[in-house]
Parts: sequence; C-alpha cells; structure tokens
Amino acid sequence: MPRHVVAKAAEIPPGSRKLVQVAGRDIVIFNISGELFALSDKCPHKGGSLSRGKLSGAVTASQPGQYHYSRPGEIIRCPWHAWEFDVRTGRSWCDPQRMRLMNYAVSVEPGAKLVEGPFTAETFAVSVEDAYVVIETK
Amino acid sequence: MSANGPYQGAIDCDIHPRVPTPQTLARYMDDHWRDTVEVRGIEAWDSISYPPNAPLTSRPDWRKADADAEPAKLTEATLDRFGFAHALCNSLFAVQFFRDENLAAAFARALNDWLAAEWLDKDPRLRGSVVLPIQSVERSVDEIERRAADRRFVQVLLLAMGEQPLGKSMYWPIYAAAERHGFTVGIHAGSSYHHALTSSGWPSYYLEDYAAQALGFQAQLASLICEGVFVKYPKLKVVLIESGVTWLPPSLWRLSKFWRGVRLEVPWLDRSPEQFARDHIRLTIQPFDAPPSPAQIGRIMDQLQSDEMLLFATDFPHWQFADDAMLPAGLSPALTRKILIDNPLAAYPRLGRP
Ligand code: FES
Repeated sequence: MPRHVVAKAAEIPPGSRKLVQVAGRDIVIFNISGELFALSDKCPHKGGSLSRGKLSGAVTASQPGQYHYSRPGEIIRCPWHAWEFDVRTGRSWCDPQRMRLMNYAVSVEPGAKLVEGPFTAETFAVSVEDAYVVIETK
Repeated sequence: MSANGPYQGAIDCDIHPRVPTPQTLARYMDDHWRDTVEVRGIEAWDSISYPPNAPLTSRPDWRKADADAEPAKLTEATLDRFGFAHALCNSLFAVQFFRDENLAAAFARALNDWLAAEWLDKDPRLRGSVVLPIQSVERSVDEIERRAADRRFVQVLLLAMGEQPLGKSMYWPIYAAAERHGFTVGIHAGSSYHHALTSSGWPSYYLEDYAAQALGFQAQLASLICEGVFVKYPKLKVVLIESGVTWLPPSLWRLSKFWRGVRLEVPWLDRSPEQFARDHIRLTIQPFDAPPSPAQIGRIMDQLQSDEMLLFATDFPHWQFADDAMLPAGLSPALTRKILIDNPLAAYPRLGRP
C-alpha cells in the first residue's frame, strides 16, 4: 500500500477541499467538520472534475411535497450534469450500486512520524513540526 | 380460429362499443337533464378523435357486420370467435369536451348507466370502465363511489390530453378513491380539445393529431411519476390505452437521465422514473407502433426491461390490425401468455373478484 504525503494538514481546513495528483491520479480531498475524505476527482459519468462541484446537503422526502434537508456539506454535485455523490462513501445518490467514485484511505500524520518512512513525498519536504495529509493508494 | 385457438382465455383490455348518441344517453338522465339535452339541442356530440366515418374508426369487416352496435354482434365477432375470457369496454362518448361540469357529470353518469344496462348486463364476460367527468374532481370522485359496488367496472377512464397534467395534486382525490376501491386508472388516447394538441399550437391534419397522442401520453407519464402519485398511492396501476407503446423506452431514458441531475426537485422519488414506470405503468398492445422486423420487436421488449407491462387488447372495432394478427410478430410463447392473461389479471385487481 503506497502511502503518499500530499498536503500540509493546515492547507485543507474544515469546509474546504483540495485537488491533488497522486501516482498519476487526480484525487480530491474534502474536509467535512474536521473529517477528511479522499475520492477520485473524475466523475464516473463523463469525467467532470468533482473538485469544482458544489457541496450541498442530502435532500430526502417520505411524501410528495416534503423536503427534508440533512447532512449539510456532505453531498458533492458534479459541475457538469449535477449528479450527486455522497462524500462519505463515494456512491452516486441515484445509482449507488453501480456508480461510485473510488475512495482512498486518508489520514493526518505528524511530520515526526513521517520522516521515519516508508512514504512517498514526491513534491514535499516534510518537516518534523508540521502535520501532513497522507493518502494510501491501492 | 376457434375457442381452442391461441387467444383462448385472453383478456381483451380495450374494446369500444359504438359511441351512443346524446338522445340514447338522455334516456338514462333525470327529467332536468333529459329536457336540457332537448332544449339545448344537443343532437350530436362526435369526437374528432375517432370520426364515425374515418377508416380507422372501424375495420371494414366489422363495419359491414355492424359489429360494434350491440353486444351479441360484438361477442360473435370477437369473444366467441377467439375464446376471450373477458373484454373491457371503454366508452368514447366525449364527456370530456363539455365546459359545463354539471352537464359533464350528467352525461358521465348516463354513459356509465348505459354501459351497465345495454352492454354489461347482456354478456357476463364484458367488463367496463367508469368514464369520469374530469372537469370536476369532486364529481369524478362521486362517480367512482357510485360505481364501486358494481364489480363489473374495473377501471376509471381519463384521456391523454386534458385541462392539467394528471399528476397534479388537485387530481389526487380521484386516485385515492380509485386505490380505495381497487380500480385501475386507464388513460385513453384522446383530448378534451380544450388546449391545442401540441405545445406549439394546433396542427393542421388528422395525421398530426393522431401522432401527437404519444406526446400527450409522455407528458402524463412524466407528471404522474414526478408529482409523486405512486409514492402517495403505492397500490395504483395506470394503464396507457392506445398509446402506441414503442415511444416508451426512449421517453423513460430521457426522464431518468435528467432525474439524476435534478433529483433535488423531486426527492420523494426513491427510485428512478424507469423503475416507477415498471412498477406502476401498463400499456395496451393495440396499436403497436412496430419497427419493420420481428427481430427489432425483440429489442424493444428488451428495452422495456419488464415482461409485465404489456396488456392484450384488440382496440375493437378500430382498424389497428389485419386478419387475426392481434399481437406483434416474434413474441415468445411465455411472453404471449403473460400479455394475454397474467398481466391483465395483475393490472386489474377487480377482474379477479366478480
Ligand atoms: S460528468 Fe459528472 S454528472 Fe456528467
């Protein structure tokens, strides 16, 4: 499982996102209230870049005419045709079984631990004082 | 063809007794309305959907035999000849044209009484649709309630083009009443002619009118699904009658594709529009806008992704097929049996309970 250091933790504060390139892949990292999620940036429909999409809540209804809004900021809408994906799982809202974004294990690690390796930090000089976002590619 | 032929036991989901005249219906009205028909001079009330002398309106052999004029002739021409178990009578007297909802309700009531007395009473295999005076939702519900005890009525009947899209919540009391009594909702080709037949205005020719019916059905299908009628009334089945059938798959592809992007508008749809259609929409198989070869028909069946949606119908006496070729070519025996018998029984819960 190659592990890649992709950003300083401070670069992706809660509510923000960052597009990174890892081993030739475009991966978007979302920070939802302090939790990080890393997903393939490429929409499985026609390839829209999800890092440019709008985040919204999950809208559900048990009856016609009702609108129940929950989980604000946890649904990403593709900028091209507005398909919705659950940031937590990568699954498409409308077709969760067949349509999903690859998701990656992501964590924040202290620099002091990272300097011991093993990890790949192609573009980074890691310093012991900072914390870093680390992605595992499968 | 005999009573042991390939159509033995089939359920014909769309036949048309000859449209009665206003004078015939007046006999089933109370004094006030009978007088009204006379005083207002309502002598003819023919629809341009099926003009009486148009070739499409009656197959030549049936026209010659006067086969839609009375039950004995009709049953000889179809039920006896092919061994059908049932035939469902859809009355096409144009109740929907009236602007006066009271007059519409009087005609609808008379029409349904006429059907019961002059057709359903004459042959135990006949079944009927309750024509609704859709100009008034309240009166439509009254008519459903009035007919509910007569189990020979298995469906309530609307037209493909009316005042408003049929999914709108103003119509829901009709669906509530239909579901409560186990009625299926039938939507038949036709228009109230209160709006232009296309969304760009009035076409010039009968050909355009006939072809535009498929657009009317598409709009109703989208409305019923999107407004959440099947979420609200999960037991409801809607039968599209004389829709032509083959427009359905591409229409559902389009609806389902856009649903993925604008689902937020209609979050009560917990399945794709395609799935709602498979669960709740049925279609009668005459007319069938067929591609040129049987192999292509097989592809269309695959595109429907369901063997439960199609219901057998002759559309008697309309001239939709020649000889006895009542089904599209190339259907498997198993699918044929479902279309002839199983699917109609499932679509019409009241059929099974005489
Ligand atoms: S490319 Fe993402 S929805 Fe079409």
